[in-house]
Amino acid sequence: MDHHQSSSEVTVHHAPGGKEVVQKIIRTTVILSVITLIELALGLGMYLMPNASSALILFIKGVIVILSLLKAFYIVGVFMHLGEEIKNLIMTIIVPLLLFVWFIAAFLLDGSSWRNLRNTNGKSKTEQVVSGSKAEKITPAEGH
Amino acid sequence: MAQAPAAEMETKWWSGGKSPFNVEYGKLMMWYFLMSDAFTFGAFLISYGTIRFSQNFWPDPNKVFNAFPLAGHANLPLAFVSLMTFILIVSSVTMVLAVHAGHHNDKKSVIKWMIWTIIGGIAFLACQAWEWTHLITGDHAVMVNGVVEHIGTTVTRNPWGPEVAGAMHDGHHLTTTGPVAFGGYFFGITGFHGFHVLSGVVINIIMLIMTINGVFEKRGHYLMIEKAGLYWHFVDLVWVFVFLCFYLI
Repeated sequence: MDHHQSSSEVTVHHAPGGKEVVQKIIRTTVILSVITLIELALGLGMYLMPNASSALILFIKGVIVILSLLKAFYIVGVFMHLGEEIKNLIMTIIVPLLLFVWFIAAFLLDGSSWRNLRNTNGKSKTEQVVSGSKAEKITPAEGH
Repeated sequence: MAQAPAAEMETKWWSGGKSPFNVEYGKLMMWYFLMSDAFTFGAFLISYGTIRFSQNFWPDPNKVFNAFPLAGHANLPLAFVSLMTFILIVSSVTMVLAVHAGHHNDKKSVIKWMIWTIIGGIAFLACQAWEWTHLITGDHAVMVNGVVEHIGTTVTRNPWGPEVAGAMHDGHHLTTTGPVAFGGYFFGITGFHGFHVLSGVVINIIMLIMTINGVFEKRGHYLMIEKAGLYWHFVDLVWVFVFLCFYLI
């Protein structure tokens, strides 16, 4: 039986870490908690300034999204030990997830285009002669 | 990867007779299952985002999720969901400590950390049960077709609409009904995630019983704890994005 008491399918064994592994876990826990606290502070910040410009709100939301991706990186890399696997395995997990780049962009753009079409009663921007505020009054209820 | 041992660099991974990914079959398949599950959750959340982007109005999460158990009507935005998030992070930490104890074949520590992980999972589910109950049964005064009605948040009704200009009710701004999709997506996605937590707790309880019975001790390794751990961390990972999409932005 192998010294590290592992599966026979594993060729190269990682030595089971000692105290330094526990320290890494504690450090990651602190990082995750701090990121979460920053996210909460930003979320509450948006609540406390109801008159902030939409550009600022969008910026804060963008920061929160990036912080969440950072949390995901730490959970997958450290807690799930993906960072310690061999490169081929990492790639078969990470590369397919790149599909999300298209997935998110295409569908969110579709959603916002849907809103524009509804608000402008199906007319494109060049066809619009009414101002934005008047356009909102044209609701589907006025159709048949 | 930084300090890859020399043997790892020199091994001909694809020459046959060994796992080219240097992991056992079960762990590799758990990774691929989790990847497919990530796409399932991703599709749900992107669908939610698409509908949200198509609406002129969407409820402000700080107004919807502002209650805390035993705090009455105090306005505490994000407080309860922060508690839920920390419970899940802590249970993820206790799980990784159980996996670490498994690497050392330390049965006593594995049992201790698995018990803490299970407690964390049950605590999270209890919080979610309270939150759902609060949303479904919590009545709000809403203007429906010119009449004030009291409705809760369900998959068919949403009291969190835009404010009616100038109309007050019991010291609050009166609102109209909001987009119906809000409840459907909220209960659908947090429910699907909660079901993952529930199945994770069941898996962890099975792992705990197997550990107590000495199954892994006889087998010589605690790799099953690692696989259950992967699933449990994934549940935490999904919560990061559910928390982001429903409560923060």
